[in-house]
Amino acid sequence: MPKDSSIRSVLLIGSGPIIIGQACEFDYSGSQAARSLKEEGIKVILINSNPATIMTDPVTADHVYLLPLNPASIEQILTEHQIDAVLPTMGGQTALNLAIECDEMGLWKKYNVRMIGVDIDAIETTENREKFRQKMIDIGVPVADSKVANSFLEGKEIAQRIGFPLVIRPSYTLGGSGGGFVWVKEELDAALQRGLSASPTHEVLVEKAVFGWKEYELELLRDQNDSVAIICTIENFDPMGIHTGDSITVAPAMTLSDTVFQRMRTMAIHMMRSIGNFAGGCNVQFAVNPEDEAIISVEINPRVSRSSALASKATGYPIAKIAAKLAIGYHLDELKNPVTKTTSAYFEPAIDYVIVKIPRWNFDKFKGANKTLGLQMKSVGEVMGIGRTFIEALQKATQSLEIKRNGLGSDGYQQRNLEDIVDKLKNASWDRIFAVKDALSLGMPISSVEKITRIDRWFLTQINDMVRLESDAKRFNIGTLPKELMTELKQKGYSDIQIAYLLGGDTTEDEVWDLRKSMGIHRIYKMVDTCAAEFPSPTNYFYSSFDGENESIVSDKKKVIVLGSGPNRIGQGIEFDYSCVHGLLAAKESGFEAIMINCNPETVSTDFDMADKLYFEPVFWEALREIVELEKPVGVIVQLGGQTALKLARKLEAMGVKIIGTSFANMDISEDRGSFSDLLKELEIPYPDYGVAEDADEAVAVANKIGYPVLVRPSYVLGGQGMKIVINDEDLEQAVISLLGDLPGNRVLIDHFLDRAEEAEIDLICDGKDAHVIGMMEHIEPAGIHSGDSYAVLPPFSLSQQVQDTMEKYARNLAIKMNIVGLLNIQFAIKNEKVYVIEANPRASRTVPFIAKAYQIPYINIATKIMLGVNRLHDFKFERKLVGYAIKEPVFSYEKFPEVKKELGPEMKSTGEAIRFIKDLQDPYFRHLYKEKSMYLSK
Amino acid sequence: MRQNNKFPATLLLADGTVFCGTSIGKIGSTTGEICFNTGMTGYQEIFTDPSYTGQILLQTNVHIGNYGVNQLEQESDTIKIAGLVCKNFNVPYSRRQADQSVQEYFALNNIVGITDLDTREIVRHVRSKGAMNAIISSEGKSIEELKLQLAAVPSMEGLELSSTVSTKETYYLGDSSAAKRVAVLDLGVKQNILRCIEERGAYLAVFNCTATFEEMMQFKPTGFMISNGPGDPAVMPCAVETVKKIVDANIPLFGICLGHQMLAESQGLKTYKMFNGHRGLNHPVKNLITGKCEITSQNHGFGVKMDETLDHPTVELTHINLNDNTVEGIRVKNKKAFSVQYHPEAAPGPEDSRYLFDDFIALMN
Repeated sequence: MPKDSSIRSVLLIGSGPIIIGQACEFDYSGSQAARSLKEEGIKVILINSNPATIMTDPVTADHVYLLPLNPASIEQILTEHQIDAVLPTMGGQTALNLAIECDEMGLWKKYNVRMIGVDIDAIETTENREKFRQKMIDIGVPVADSKVANSFLEGKEIAQRIGFPLVIRPSYTLGGSGGGFVWVKEELDAALQRGLSASPTHEVLVEKAVFGWKEYELELLRDQNDSVAIICTIENFDPMGIHTGDSITVAPAMTLSDTVFQRMRTMAIHMMRSIGNFAGGCNVQFAVNPEDEAIISVEINPRVSRSSALASKATGYPIAKIAAKLAIGYHLDELKNPVTKTTSAYFEPAIDYVIVKIPRWNFDKFKGANKTLGLQMKSVGEVMGIGRTFIEALQKATQSLEIKRNGLGSDGYQQRNLEDIVDKLKNASWDRIFAVKDALSLGMPISSVEKITRIDRWFLTQINDMVRLESDAKRFNIGTLPKELMTELKQKGYSDIQIAYLLGGDTTEDEVWDLRKSMGIHRIYKMVDTCAAEFPSPTNYFYSSFDGENESIVSDKKKVIVLGSGPNRIGQGIEFDYSCVHGLLAAKESGFEAIMINCNPETVSTDFDMADKLYFEPVFWEALREIVELEKPVGVIVQLGGQTALKLARKLEAMGVKIIGTSFANMDISEDRGSFSDLLKELEIPYPDYGVAEDADEAVAVANKIGYPVLVRPSYVLGGQGMKIVINDEDLEQAVISLLGDLPGNRVLIDHFLDRAEEAEIDLICDGKDAHVIGMMEHIEPAGIHSGDSYAVLPPFSLSQQVQDTMEKYARNLAIKMNIVGLLNIQFAIKNEKVYVIEANPRASRTVPFIAKAYQIPYINIATKIMLGVNRLHDFKFERKLVGYAIKEPVFSYEKFPEVKKELGPEMKSTGEAIRFIKDLQDPYFRHLYKEKSMYLSK
Repeated sequence: MRQNNKFPATLLLADGTVFCGTSIGKIGSTTGEICFNTGMTGYQEIFTDPSYTGQILLQTNVHIGNYGVNQLEQESDTIKIAGLVCKNFNVPYSRRQADQSVQEYFALNNIVGITDLDTREIVRHVRSKGAMNAIISSEGKSIEELKLQLAAVPSMEGLELSSTVSTKETYYLGDSSAAKRVAVLDLGVKQNILRCIEERGAYLAVFNCTATFEEMMQFKPTGFMISNGPGDPAVMPCAVETVKKIVDANIPLFGICLGHQMLAESQGLKTYKMFNGHRGLNHPVKNLITGKCEITSQNHGFGVKMDETLDHPTVELTHINLNDNTVEGIRVKNKKAFSVQYHPEAAPGPEDSRYLFDDFIALMN
């Protein structure tokens, strides 16, 4: 059946603020769906409370509502627009839950809105553990032995029957919240209590634990004609027992025979068909017993998910885009594969490479958190590596994580204490993959690692191969390493830094680079084309490898590279994806070929539709350098990809590559405390007294000179990592010792802390001659709470006009003096009407997308055009459309870390943000916030 | 374990293109038509599929051998491919149910192969230049020697190969008292075709590819399976004649792959050699009778001409390929004979098309 012509307008529901378990993958799916519908001539109305998303941008939808995700907002939209259908499957569990709530209230019926892409009964079946279990039994699909308990006593009885170990899974929760393993009887009571209270329906499933079984995920698409295709099969490197969002995953499945895979495939299709009649995406999870290959179904999600975003990036097949078309009536066989453009969209992508996804955790932000991985997701982001072997993909993923590692081991950060390593193998956390390598390097037999971790032996033998290769390499030095070995090392994903380490002596990264270049060993680029090269594809999506043929044809157009921000983490998240996407669009509009480099599969910037060319590569110096050598761009934009991109500017500059916009030298001023303070002094701008120390004694001396309280922090950090406010010598000593312990070799900055000061910030665009303040935001909480964790109001609500004028004056003077071309963010503290500058960031900040949404002005687009030199500020008119105020509210994910104290301070802890518009300061929501403001907010 | 004893190997294509890699399996030389399969599972089933006789197989999946080899997953008694080209040949495996590694398996079956080369580059080359002969050698021969050896290899076009893989003796499977009796014309049959029929309660007799209609009728079959197999369908007049007689007698007939081409030819349709065949587990097919779609397992380098099929008075087009609109299935009007170009028995591949075996059984009712 072709498109249903009765659908002329669709309401898309977003997923709201970023929280652990629901991140920017839904911005990717939502914006893809919106574009997919728009190209069918359908009017798209979108609701999301998250201002940092691309989906809430006018480039994506026809009407955007930045409103809280609740039925009242939905009703407001329905009264203002004629809506034919609502598509709730693109915004995660949040959107589905809201759609169900509105359905129960009869809203859809009242306004004559059809729900498309979903079946309410299907959601009910998949979310209600007992219904799911019963359904599976009915259709003959095996499940783990289990039973639902609605009370504590019931739970105990069931546990007694099933035996230990077992799993407690609360119904209707997100990302496995409140669930957990119970190994022994003694742990049962607490786990049961926790699960029952986590479930909104006070219901848990008590299930036999299939710990250590192999785990798989299948991503399905189905149309109204009941045609089903499996878009991707993902194998979990970490077996059952670790939430799939916290597992390292691999595609295609590496250790599965066709016999077992086809049984699983048939079961998945059967399951999807059995739960209801809907057209769209679906995710099915299975566990396989390695002993006898018995398969049990674990879960089914009738919507696009985090895994479908990953599957889209892994295969090149845009799942959300096609799912949206299926929701409006198209059949798969009526659509073309958007990558090849000639073959059918109804097929199962063939992969001729390997992808490895590694989650990114932020345990360092949650002191005291239980760092052991389990049923509850704890990671905040993820990276994907693509290679022509599993090991190459794995190493590329570890190089993408930005955790100061240069690959999987052999970079000087290896652990050597076997006891510690065994402990890390037993209690999986963020570093288990490194522990696996370290264990094998120390000679621990594969079978022992297998026994402890239950990781499939095939993966372990592959990693063990690295150990052999490394011992071969160690026999040589930079002068003797043969070409064959160099080739093999590069094909196995070793970075030049790792090779330098293996060759020993004082071999440098650059020496290895030079040597291999002289040997003719360099990256070539292969296409992600959905079909393993069976058909020609005019796609622009590439990854690197060390193989024969280069497929990335360099055009003769003038090009600009936009550097992405890598994995999401606290302090650097979706806002930078938003900025990168706008940077790409602006560069395209300005006549440049826009090239994107990023390694985060959840993002819109890595959608092959966005850039003229996409290199899905680590935002890692060596990878960047080789792309620059190939593409020879006019320059590289580093202002949009957060600190990750910015910190590569120094090396680009040294290589003679043009940094687009503000020069490196000027950006560097703000990074160096000494020269920045000199600059402020010269401009007669006040700043808190400060000093630099290399040990605790020096720190105490500095603190006594500038006066307590002081703010201590390492000199190069992100999101306030490691920052503390201390009030005496003793606390200071401790703080310094702990900081230098975590980050050896660093220096500590000690600022006088302006107690009870107000905090505010300015974002501005400067073209080198003229500066335009795009927004001024006042924090509700006093200084001392990280700006990312503060409620902030646009424009200021209590700062005097004089203070605002002073801030603006300082900001302009600073921008012109620093010769900023592009964006600048400045943080201020205000005490007794005196304005101090705390810091300046010469790049897009977290707040720019917020201000752009509130004022409805495409600031990043404008800033990019100014950076590129195609426009000056006076070319643009700035008409702010905000009535009243916009409040930025931080959103936390503390429920994932019940053991962590919910206190706020100079270190950022929030995972996301929402926008709330108020007409005036009498607004009860604002009054409430203002009244509650405090140093120690409990969230 | 890493292979410490690496021997260089060479792949030479008929158009003179040379690729260098590492030897796998037996040291030696092998020739055949190079073809690529895009499946991500099921290498063992592919290696043992008799339809690959005379072909050098390139697997686009970058790791081959990860789950070893299992005696129960053979599609025939031996490896049928002429040689293997793959990116990474993985000797260690993890599957508990496996009996041996791919290296042991290749050595035992005297298979020559090549690895550690840019398989994607070769696919792109073959994709644009079309199917061609190739030689893999790990014996240290010069390119000139290899060229001479390759020049002597006959083209796949005009080559009859069924007789090299068909059963010599008639054999029987299943319950001999079953009401449904299926005579299988073995042109190179895959074991799973037989399993799919047997598990539906039929008794099977598997005949040599030269068996005549009359010989097979002595088995008193209630239906005929015309199997898959290797080679050029245009040079098999004997089998075509047999099929024609079955259709004329209006006994239920189901043809798969080469068997499908035999049915087409029996009705006067022509087959042709495709520029590049269909080989993979992901080919989209639409059933024009039901309107439903299925993901199919395919392996064929020849096809039935679409224009002739559409114009044919006695043949009806039943299935088409959604990628390139080629003929995937036909039936003979007013007769109980139908066939598909793809592999409903899969092994390897999706089980979407198993309904065709049910249809076949139903025809015998």
